[in-house]
Parts: sequence; structure tokens; C-alpha cells
Amino acid sequence: MKYEDIIHRCFRCGYCKFTSDYIDFNCPTYRKFGFETYSPGGRMWLIRAWLNNEIENSERFQEILFSCATCANCVEHCVFTFREDLVNIFMAAREELVNKGIIPPPVRDYFKNISISGNAYKQPAEQRGKWAEGTAVQPYQGQEYLFYVGDVGSYDERAKGITKAVAHILAKNGISFGILGEKEICDGNEVMTLGEVGLFESLAEQNIALFRQLGVNKIITLDPHALNAFKNYYPQLGGNFEVFHYTQIIARLIETQEPNIGEYQAKVTYHDPCYLGRHNGEYAAPRKILQSIPGIQFVEMLQHSENSFCCGGGGGNFFTDILGGGDEAPNRIRVRQAIETGADTVAVACPQCAKMLDDAINAEELDGKLQVLDVAEIVMSALT
Amino acid sequence: MPKLQFDEKVCETCPTADCLVKCRFIDVDKDQAKAEMLRIARGEDSIVFDSCVTCYACEEYCKRGNHPFYLITEKREEKGLLTAPRAITTQWINIGEPQGKYKVGQIGKKVLSFGYMPELLDMAKGKLFEDLSPSFVFGQEFFCNVVYIHFANTSIIKKRLPMVMENFKKLGVEEVVCLHDECYGSFAHLAPAYGIEVPFKPIHYFDYLYERLQELKEQLRPLNIKVTYQRPCSSRLSSDKHRRVRQIMELIGAELVEREYQDENALCCGGIFAMLYGYDLANEVQTKNIEDMISHGAKYCVFNCPACQNTLGDKVAKKGIIPVHMIDLCKMAIGEKPLPEE
Amino acid sequence: MERIARLLANIVGPEYVSTASEERYFYARDPGLMPAHSPDYVVLPQSTKQIQQIIRLANQEKIPVVPMGAGLALTGLVIPLKGGIIVDMKRMNKILEVNEKARYALVEGGTSQGALKSYLERHHPRLRHSVPDAPPTATIAANVSIHGQGRLTQQYGFNSDLVSGLEVVTGTGDVCRIGSCALSGSWFSKGAPMPDLSGMFLGWFGSTGIITKVAVKLYPKKNLRDVEIFVTDRAELVPDIVFEITHTEMAEDILVFTQPKPMMFKDNHHVSFYITGDTEEELEFKRKMIWHALDPFIKSKDGGFMGIPPIMKPVLLESPQRSASRLADVKKGGGFEYSGPIIMLEAYPECMKKLQDLAAKYDLAYSGMVRIIDCGHAAMFAFAFAFNRADADMMERTRNAIKEVSDFVLDIGGLHWKPTVNEQKLAIAHMDPNTRKLMEIIKANLDPNGIMNPGNWEVC
Repeated sequence: MKYEDIIHRCFRCGYCKFTSDYIDFNCPTYRKFGFETYSPGGRMWLIRAWLNNEIENSERFQEILFSCATCANCVEHCVFTFREDLVNIFMAAREELVNKGIIPPPVRDYFKNISISGNAYKQPAEQRGKWAEGTAVQPYQGQEYLFYVGDVGSYDERAKGITKAVAHILAKNGISFGILGEKEICDGNEVMTLGEVGLFESLAEQNIALFRQLGVNKIITLDPHALNAFKNYYPQLGGNFEVFHYTQIIARLIETQEPNIGEYQAKVTYHDPCYLGRHNGEYAAPRKILQSIPGIQFVEMLQHSENSFCCGGGGGNFFTDILGGGDEAPNRIRVRQAIETGADTVAVACPQCAKMLDDAINAEELDGKLQVLDVAEIVMSALT
Repeated sequence: MPKLQFDEKVCETCPTADCLVKCRFIDVDKDQAKAEMLRIARGEDSIVFDSCVTCYACEEYCKRGNHPFYLITEKREEKGLLTAPRAITTQWINIGEPQGKYKVGQIGKKVLSFGYMPELLDMAKGKLFEDLSPSFVFGQEFFCNVVYIHFANTSIIKKRLPMVMENFKKLGVEEVVCLHDECYGSFAHLAPAYGIEVPFKPIHYFDYLYERLQELKEQLRPLNIKVTYQRPCSSRLSSDKHRRVRQIMELIGAELVEREYQDENALCCGGIFAMLYGYDLANEVQTKNIEDMISHGAKYCVFNCPACQNTLGDKVAKKGIIPVHMIDLCKMAIGEKPLPEE
Repeated sequence: MERIARLLANIVGPEYVSTASEERYFYARDPGLMPAHSPDYVVLPQSTKQIQQIIRLANQEKIPVVPMGAGLALTGLVIPLKGGIIVDMKRMNKILEVNEKARYALVEGGTSQGALKSYLERHHPRLRHSVPDAPPTATIAANVSIHGQGRLTQQYGFNSDLVSGLEVVTGTGDVCRIGSCALSGSWFSKGAPMPDLSGMFLGWFGSTGIITKVAVKLYPKKNLRDVEIFVTDRAELVPDIVFEITHTEMAEDILVFTQPKPMMFKDNHHVSFYITGDTEEELEFKRKMIWHALDPFIKSKDGGFMGIPPIMKPVLLESPQRSASRLADVKKGGGFEYSGPIIMLEAYPECMKKLQDLAAKYDLAYSGMVRIIDCGHAAMFAFAFAFNRADADMMERTRNAIKEVSDFVLDIGGLHWKPTVNEQKLAIAHMDPNTRKLMEIIKANLDPNGIMNPGNWEVC
């Protein structure tokens, strides 16, 4: 297994479970399940035990491995020099299980859907660009940016609203972009994090070939998961593009020109998506946008930025739901944290976070007290 | 084995005995001073051994190049007279021991030497150094070793400095820009005083900066700030370079305030005093120095030596003076860094 | 086993009981050197009532019960030597009360050091508790249970001395309040002026009962804090140096460390001390007092203050100090263990020599660290060795070195701190017979069925 030579170095000290200021435990699976085995240190020790044949593969072992939300809190807070590789280690262990064909059914089903349909929703490709009907959005034909939407933004009803909002804002501000529509396939980030490296490589190679063929140089992503794949995995396969999350484009517009934004009255807190924040270091851009909208009273949750508490959707859980629900599900914990700030709106910058937190609001019976809006949706509402 | 080039006759015929007359830590007249220096030269006891606090200033006071401070150091060692606590001396000897962990860049004919000052690694970047920075050396293997004259130990210098020269020689460099003032003092002053061959031309980074700033004249904007300069002990070994400070300040539009403890009358940072002698002397010197800065209206204190900056930086800051290294100040002058107050 | 698991599930909820091999593997071990002993069950209770029910069940079924915090003692104290139920306390993590004027905080039995520190910083910034250098996941209750030490130990004693009240569930399943909380509802004293019953639970590693609530004393937190290091090359001078520093009553924590690497630490003994103050004036006054107290050593060249490199100071000022955990990776192997006997400081030179001899004999990377306790009444001397978990030979050599320390401790009149089972046996064998008898009486009455962390303090 990759990284096998460093697995024994985990001291199971537990720094990886915490925030930097020890406000609370910040590992979503540890919060949910409570057993040490579901923390990063637990995974490290169990992976080593499994490789040494001290324990056997089981449903629980798979649950421990596949429930990890790959939120990178452990990477951020582990005190040892190998911390950069922690999430990679968990992915490598998943890869071992995938290669041996011993994976939970929801993971298997997810791979199957991607293989067959090119998306996680088992929907036909023709439906992919339907969200753009009735808008002025054009197919990509050499514009400055490719606006890459992704599976969730293309097929999920809730997320389509965010996609439209982003497209509208970009167009209104004169950003030259086009979309792939039905030619778009899955970026592969979750395929990779779930350990199906072969399938990921196939997706990536297809995407890279298509982008090259079309002359794509710059990409704006809706979803931070796609941002992560294009920025961090595609270059190793020869796919070198300039990649941005849409919030970075809008933040830059605010810096360089007078934003054409009206008022939006709300008390807003911001949930940092793990793949925008910890994985890719972008904490400022969404905040800049929100704090530049007159009428918004901005408040931070105690666990924010590098200490943001994951919604639980990462690591493939958005599709596989191995992390599961319940009172201590991470998304429910997160909306409880949001409402503690007194905010009436929790802003997100990821369609997966949006859905996870929406579901949590229902489960916590906070409808009417707290709403989830993507940054783009807030900007849309504020646009004159 | 390197030998100190000291001539007793030079002391005998000295008209001023400035080395000890000007020393602020010993109170002697010209005749007493001469007598004490000759006692030292002859291996006898002297009040100097108890009074000298290793500030290096007499190396500058002596205009006849007869190395009074190096002599005092040699004789202290011969007599087994410690200046520093044993443990501190051991610590510094251990810190400077070559470990094989040095870093060497793409070496050209001209090289940037960081000595063994990790604080400088991040500092020497940007436009000021862009042409030279790929060609650099860092590590104990290139450490100047001068600091051991604070610890009455020239044996270690005589042992290590020739090896350092050898390391430079192997790289085939012709010019070494010394980012630490003490490195320049070592290569331009101490090594020759001991007859140690220096196989390159040492360049003080003040000279380098002054030239580079002139090349970047178009980008210079006057800083319009009042500064004072903290002169390090090592500057006494290369007093001609000290004059560059004024020239650089004029170039970058910074007003160097005139104060009591400046130039030949400068006070050292006191860092060594604290290690060697405890609280009182260091505190006295630092308090006088900082009050002098404040009373003459300095807003910034420009440091030459990172060790001085570590010692005094926080202390001046607490009194409302902004500490800044010379390199960083020059970066501010070419707009590469904002002024702290901006 | 299934029947018991079902009964436990009825108590804590099915999602908080495990008999899975994964939990049994992980909870059988700690990051130290003790061989693994597997539990049969791992449970995560959330209330005192649940713990009471668990203990009553365990008494009925004669199943061992081992309470666990974060498992960071490193000496195997929460490894279930005879199987049974591991009670992982960390779901009981509330901060129940902070009384500012009386300066105490009341927390549950699984509340972490980090959580309390963070809470105080946000809500009571003028108060602090005695934070150990263990990772912040360590629990308050477990730390006092093993007589841990922290940043306030030099001034005020072991962290267990700073307890101001307990709620325990005894080995017989009774809930008891220990201290003022038994009468007044406030948690300001763990015993005085009444008989101090806390001694029946502190230091017993859960073998007389489980701490479900603990109140700890809080102390003034000043705005400013700094650190100095006084260096000497003579081990025999360390006790005198510490004596002078403690005489000034100006220092917060005092730690002495010796290690061969990095080079700047080689060959010397480093007495680090911390000072705090609300103003620069206060801080500088304390600094000056301590510096002057050490003048004689400076004059005689026996010691001096080192300049602390700018990169080192923030590391030293951290609390907890992350560098303490990083010792585990010195050998790129995720392991360190230390024997940290409590000694009188005059034994420092002997201990130092022993440490260096053992490191040479067993070819181990070492670090010697001493924390001064209660103004120098005692000290904890840590014989710390880093090992590579993937190197069985190195682990065995480390075990052997630690074993030699165990024997050595009694020779120099010291006491094993958080003793391993073997060290406990040594202590029991060597102690005054009437003292042992007293321990027997306590153990027999509080744990008649011998179910509470069996194997530990087996005086009966």
C-alpha cells in the first residue's frame, strides 16, 4: 500500500481530532461515532493492523475507512511532519480495499453509476446541461473560461439554483465563459477519494483530452471538489489548467471594479467548505464577497476557516452516506453551531454543503429560523 | 597554526593608548593604559582582564592596527580566564560545530553568504538579491567563528576558520557578499590579523546594497522617516563600512537622527553582556541606548545584525520604536514591502 | 458475550457499545510499550447514572471495568489486563460550572484539558487551570487520577492537589460526593476541613471507582508570559540553582531539560523557568529578581542565561507544548515512553547519570526532563526514550531500559509516577506493611469483587 512505510509513526495523541484552539473536537466521524477507532489515529492504527494481518477486513472496518469525510482537519492539526499525507493514507487504504473488491455496496454502486452514466445520478448525459435552458449561457467555444459545473450542480434540483445564480453573476459582470453541457462528465474527485484510482484516471484522461481539444486554459468551477481534482490531481496526468472557484472570480471583480450590488438584509455566517478551505487554502474570497454586500451583518462561527467543522458530505459520503444521520451527524452539529451565532442565514460555497446543511435544518426543525444559501444565491438577491 | 600579528613595539611607541583610554568600561589615563597593554603583552596580570566586557571597540580605537582586543582574548585564554560561564561557552562552541548539514546553491564566481544565521534566509530575497540569490552558502561550514572572541577562545577560531576558508576555496568563488556584518569582519579583519589566507574578496552587504539601490534608482521612493542605527560589536572590526549607513539613509530618504551613542561612541546591544555577566550591565547599557534613541526622536531602529535585533527588537518596540533590519528597510524603499505603519 | 453486550446497550444505547474486533484491537493498546490486552466490550456512557448501571452490572456478572480518558499515560494504565469493559469517558465532556470568585471549574469525568483551557480563555480570561504538556485530548479526571503535573505544579503542587471536589461511582456502584460538594453544593474543597476522602480515589487508576465529576482549582491568568533558560554544565549544581529560583517565589513553571540533540543543547543542563505578569513592570521585576538570585552562579562561571533563538520562544510558550508529543517521532517511529519517577531534587545528578548510561547501554535516543513540584519539595524526573514502533528490537531495548529505571527509582528513594503494573508490584512489595494493609482495607471495601481495573494496585 502507498505510504505503508510511515503508517506506524502515528502516536495517537489526538491533536488531529481537535481545532487549533481546542474549542471542540473537529473530526466529523469521531464526533458522530465517539469511538477512537473512528478518529484519524484510530484509522492509522487499524490500517496498520490490517496490513499486518492482526485484524481482518469486516463491515465495520470498511465503515471506519469509508465514513471518513476527508475533511483534512487532521492534516491541518496533526503535530507531526507526516501530517500532509494523512488523508492520502486513508485514500490509499481505500484503494487497497477497492483493488481487493471488498467495499461497501454504496461505494460499489457509486462507481457503477459513474462508469455507466458518467455521473453519480444515473441520469442521461443529455440532461446535464438542461439547467441552462432559458438562460443566455453558451456552449464552450473558446471563451476565456470554461465554467465546469459538475455532477451535483448539473443534476441536483437544489444545486441547479446555485448553478444558475453563478452563471448569471458571471455573465452580468462580463466574464467570458461557456459550458460543456452534455459533453461534461464527472471530474472524478470523489472517485479518487473513494479509492477507485483506475476509474479516476480514465475520467481524468477523458476530461483532459476534451479540454485540450477545445483549447481550454482557464476553468471556473462551481464545486470545490472539482476545483480540488483539477488543481491537485489532474496535473500529474498532464492536465495543467488555471483553475478557479467562482468565488475567487467574484472576489477579484469586487477588488478591481465597483461592484454592482444592492442591499441584502440578513445576519449571515459562513461555512467554509473543506475542499475550498483546508484543501485549497481559500478562506478570504467568499468572506470578501459577503462582507462587501451592504446590509449583511457578518458573524463567524467559533469553528471557522482552518477550524471549520465539515458538513459530513466529503470523502464520498454525499453519495454513499456511510457516515449516516442521527443527532450527532456532522451536518446537524454544524447547523446547531450556525444558529448559536444568532445568524438567520448560513452561507456556503459548495453545492454539496448546501444540500447537507439543508437536510440538517429539516432534521433539527430549524425551518424558518435558519436558511442555507450559497454565496452566489445571496449575491443574486443583492444584485440590482 | 595561525598566529596573531601583534607587535609589542607598536604599543610601546603609541602616542595615545586610545585602546584603553577611550574604553568606557575602564578608567585609565594614557600612561596607565600603555602600561596595562604591555603587561598583557608580556603575559602578566592586568586589571583589564577583569574590566574588559568584550565589546570589541578597542579594535577600532586602535588606529595603529595592533589588535588590542584580539591580544586580550589570546592572553585570557592562555591564562585560563573565562569571560563567559563555562556552559554558555560550550553551548556556543557546539552551535558552531560543522554538522554536514550545510546548504549550497548554484555557485557562481560571486556568492551570497548567510554564515550560520537562519534569520537571514527569508530576508535576502526579492529584487535586491534576485541576480545573486541562487548562488549562496549557509551552514556552520561557512560560519565566520568571530563570536568566540566574546568567550576568550581563539583556539577554536584558529582551528575552524582555516577549514571555512578551505570550504570556500573548494567552491572556487572569487567574491563573497557577507550578509552578516561579523562574517565580513572575520574575512576582512580577523583572518588577516591571524595570517589566515582568505581566498576571495569579501564584500560587505552594505556595499552591495548601496550599489544595488543605485541600480534600482527608478524604483526608489523617499521613506521620509526618522531612523536611528544600532551598531553591532562586529562593526568595530570593519569601521570603514559603518560609514555606508549614512549614505544608504540619504539614498532612501530616511533621516538618520544624530544622537549621543552613535559611531565610535555607539553602545552595543547588550546581548552578550546578559549571557556573560547577568542582568545589571546589560540592562544599564540597553536602557541608556534606548532612552538615547527616544530622546532624539527616532521612529525606527535600523539593525545590521540579526542577533542585535533579537536582543533589542522587542525592547525598542515596547518603547514605541519600530525595529527593522537594514535589508527590510531597503525593500521598503523600493516598494517591495510596506512600511510597518502603513 | 452477546447477552452482556445487549445489557450494556440497554444502558448506553446500542450505538455506543462495541464488541467489534476493531475496537477490541485499538483499546487493547496504548502508544507506550505495554503488550496488548484485549477488552471484551467498549462502551461510551454519557451520564453518571449510566456509569453506575454499568458498574452494578459488572459486579453482578463479575466482569472487569476499566475507565479510560485519552489513554495517554503511556504506562498501560487503561489497558484491560483482564479483559472486561472499557469505559471510554470522553462523551461525558461538559463544563458544568465555573465559579470565578472561588476560582474553581467543575467538569465531567471525560472533559478534556483542551476544552477547559479554551473555555476559560473565551469566558474567563483571568483564570487558568494547571495544563499538562500531554496532548490536549488528555482528560482532567484521568490526569488528576494519576497525579499528573502541569504549568502550575511548581507553584501549587500536583494537579491532584489542585482538585477541589469529586463525584465518584465506587466499585460497589454507589455515587459519592467527595469534599465540600457533599454538604454545601459548592465545589471549593476536596476535603478540608472534614476528613479528606479524595485520597481513596486519586492515584488508584480507577481501581476503587470512576471519577464522574471533578472540580479543579483555577488560578490568576496574567496578560504577559515569558520564559528564560539558565544553563549549567554541572549536574550537581541544578538542585542549588532551582533552590535559589524557588526562593524568590517569582517563577511559574520550572522545567529542567537535558538532551544530546540538537547541538545547542549538548553537554549542558537547562533550567527553564516561566514568569508571568499583568504589566511589563511586573514581568521585568520578576525577571530581575530571578536573574539576581542566580548572580553567584554567573560570577563563578558555573552558569549563565542563554539567548533563546526567536524560533524557539513561541514553542516554549505554548501550552500544551506540542513539541512534547513530537518526541515520539525522533526515531521516525511514533513512539516514546518515559519513566517519570517523583524524586527529591537532590537526586538529579544521579538520575542524569543513570539516564545517560542507559541510553549508551541500550543505544537509544533520550531526553531528560524534570518538572519542579511545589516549590521544590519534589520533582518529576522523566527518563524519556523515543522508539520506532516498527522496530521490535528497539522497542525491546526501550523496555529493558525502562525496567532498569524502575529498579533504580527505589534505590534512590524515589517513587514511581503513574507506575506500570510491574512498578506497582515493586512499590507494594517495598512499602511499609501497615501502609499496604490500609490500602487493602480501602480496596476490599470499595471494590469487593475486584472488578475495578484489576491487575492495578492489587494489594489484596
